[in-house]
Amino acid sequence: MNSETRGNLIKQGAIWAFIVVELLFFSIAGEYLSVSDKAFMDFDNMLLLLKQSAPIGIIALGMTIIMINGNIDLSVGATFALSAIVLLDSMTWPFMAGLGDWAIPLAWGLALLTGVVLGAINGLIVWKTGVDAFIVTLGSMLGYRGLVFMYNGEQPTSHLNWTLVDFAEAQFLGLHTATWFLLVAALLLWLLMTKTIHGRNAYAIGNNREAAVNAGIRVGPHFLWNFMLIGFLASLSAVVFYSESGSVNPNDGMLYELWAITAVVLGGTKLTGGYGSIVSTLGGVIAIQLLRKGLGHIGADTETVNLVIGLILIAVLFLDRQLNRKGKEELKI
Amino acid sequence: MTDQTPALRLEGIVKTFPGVRALDGVSFTVMPGEVHALMGENGAGKSTLMKVLGGIYDPDEGQIFIAEQPAVMTSPIEAKAKGVVFIHQELSLADELSVAENIFLGELPRKSLGRVDWGKLYADTDAILKTLNVGFNAKTRVGDLSIANQQMVEIARALTVDPRAVIFDEPTASLTDAEKVVLFEVISDLQSRGVGVIYISHRMEEIFKITDRISVLRDGQYRGTLNTAETNEEEVTQLMIGRKLDLSRNEATHEMGEVALEVRNLSCGDLFHDVSFTVRRGEVLGFYGLVGAGRTEIAETLFGLRDPSAGQILLDGEEVRITSPQDAIRRGISLVPEDRKGQGLILGMNCRDNMTLPQVDDMTAGPFVSDGAEVAIFDQYRDKLDIRTPGWRQLVGNLSGGNQQKIVIGKWLSMHPEVLIVDEPTRGIDVGSKSEIHNLIRDLASQGYAVIVISSEMPEVLHVSDRIVAMFSGRVMREFTAEEVTEDSLIQAISGLTGSGAQVA
Repeated sequence: MNSETRGNLIKQGAIWAFIVVELLFFSIAGEYLSVSDKAFMDFDNMLLLLKQSAPIGIIALGMTIIMINGNIDLSVGATFALSAIVLLDSMTWPFMAGLGDWAIPLAWGLALLTGVVLGAINGLIVWKTGVDAFIVTLGSMLGYRGLVFMYNGEQPTSHLNWTLVDFAEAQFLGLHTATWFLLVAALLLWLLMTKTIHGRNAYAIGNNREAAVNAGIRVGPHFLWNFMLIGFLASLSAVVFYSESGSVNPNDGMLYELWAITAVVLGGTKLTGGYGSIVSTLGGVIAIQLLRKGLGHIGADTETVNLVIGLILIAVLFLDRQLNRKGKEELKI
Repeated sequence: MTDQTPALRLEGIVKTFPGVRALDGVSFTVMPGEVHALMGENGAGKSTLMKVLGGIYDPDEGQIFIAEQPAVMTSPIEAKAKGVVFIHQELSLADELSVAENIFLGELPRKSLGRVDWGKLYADTDAILKTLNVGFNAKTRVGDLSIANQQMVEIARALTVDPRAVIFDEPTASLTDAEKVVLFEVISDLQSRGVGVIYISHRMEEIFKITDRISVLRDGQYRGTLNTAETNEEEVTQLMIGRKLDLSRNEATHEMGEVALEVRNLSCGDLFHDVSFTVRRGEVLGFYGLVGAGRTEIAETLFGLRDPSAGQILLDGEEVRITSPQDAIRRGISLVPEDRKGQGLILGMNCRDNMTLPQVDDMTAGPFVSDGAEVAIFDQYRDKLDIRTPGWRQLVGNLSGGNQQKIVIGKWLSMHPEVLIVDEPTRGIDVGSKSEIHNLIRDLASQGYAVIVISSEMPEVLHVSDRIVAMFSGRVMREFTAEEVTEDSLIQAISGLTGSGAQVA
């Protein structure tokens, strides 16, 4: 193994090492501080943790691809909420009632289509106007959230379908439905990014857009596909989550974009594009969820949890910078 | 000069990086009032030496003396305070601020309560600008100035301290001839004030025009100092590369084929006008001219990156419209761009992926990219072009300039193009690898490719081309064959002093 690949392995392994440290810390600290008498590393607890990671996790997978491609998407939280409304509301539409359980796949399809369309709008604007994705999706974040409120005002949108709830709460080979969605999505996207032309070109564009253009890569269509993909994943996340909960508030999904970005960055993907990995993002997602659960386990409240996660994020990125700095040449600020 | 105190003296400087001895006991001395050239190939240690001098690197051994006083530089600010100032090739100015604010950046004169003393700031600035004889004032926005004038701002910044030594790093890289004259006047003015000037450049004619002595580094070692008046280009080059360099005129050694590309009266806005030329298979057509003459823009138009406003492009006698790089590539036109790292390579990707980038679409096995096909292509062109890398997994950013350029060239050769356009083939590539790239270009022509070479280096154009198109200000001034071209006629043509009928607008 040459030093290059070894260096890469260390980088990609770092997040998993961090997870191990968290597990050890919370297990030991839990012995003394825990409010419950269950062990932290309880098997059911870990399964639940994976399930709870799924909503933001699925979005974070898409965010990884968007960021590797050199863009960002701030509108995923609003897309998540709007897709959830379409999912739940469509099942109450009169003609859907006549379809029986066939209403479920149709409602899913409509919700997923919503995400794809919203993503395509972002992608087309970024492609055709050349405006930075940060600005475009900042705008669409506000716009899509506006649509959410236009739909039902401040009222929650609710519909419980017990067949759907049963499906969402099912466990197959021990893992919950949501976990399966997260893992299968991760596997497919990992294949997409490491083995396909689209993935290769996405890295190339994120690393050096001009050189990619000069190599004959059509940058715009790749942008469009990736925004459609993250839109799809945001709505998939909504579908998985709201199939079970059955009620969506107009404020749901707020800050999801930032949690997703946090997980992606913690996993080592670069904000500047061209570098990152789906598997590491999965690590980032799990690490954050572990922190939340672990701090709760030892008795910290939500405010403290957020404070600690924020501090850890900055500390991790600082450490990464120290390790990757090239000599003294970098500007001191 | 001999009994004076040196302005600056470096004594036995050693600097090692893991695995490399970047500087190996370098000593050299700059006298006050002297222009001292520092020369060497890329990687010879010039920039490392300057970074030691500027306080960016700590030397492992050795000592810096300023006016014979030992000095320890720990930061660029400290170096400046001690009278050692750098004029970098890449300007570092704040475009949105005024000339005065840029010159005194970080040292703005203050009044009480932290307010800026604007009156003093502008007065001090105007005093400095006056000595430089420039055509702008203290309140001009820096972004509105030409590159040459921005460089003057950098020089003015150097003059806010009383400098003992000023280091110019490739200062003429983006200047026109007229602007160079102004710069050289400023340098000779510094000289007459008793400042020691270190002048780093690859351009021999400048070195011989303005410097008093030439010091040469090779492989991190000091190779000697020559008096400019008593030496010649050949001797300096030999000292730099340790052997003689073959830059003899090209002689056609093979048959030319059909015309592959013909351009008729091509124009693109203000960038270039009424450009016509042909390239045959087996021929190298050189484009020579100053920066901004429109050469790169012609290449970009042929590659589909710009739309022409008038004129025709013919491939194999048939008129074509090239709408995008994909389109150009499909029609067999390839471009090796000017800025290798910025436009040609994905630095964070490995060698193989860079090489197969334009054709990876056709290398699939089912839904996935076929590793085997990619490695096969890479191996083939690594051998063919003699690319030196530990393996295809190596990140392309870790290769030397020459090997990077070969990756870009290999990328296009593997697509079997008809026309290969190479913009500044050896920019930033060290002298030794240069001749390798030159041989490669000649070799490609003899294999039947139609090659266009754009270069700002006259020896290079003369060395590789079968014919040379001289451009000035967006127009073709004259076309030369390799037999008839002389350095004088070429210089006249690209300075707009002559033209075969073409009038300069």
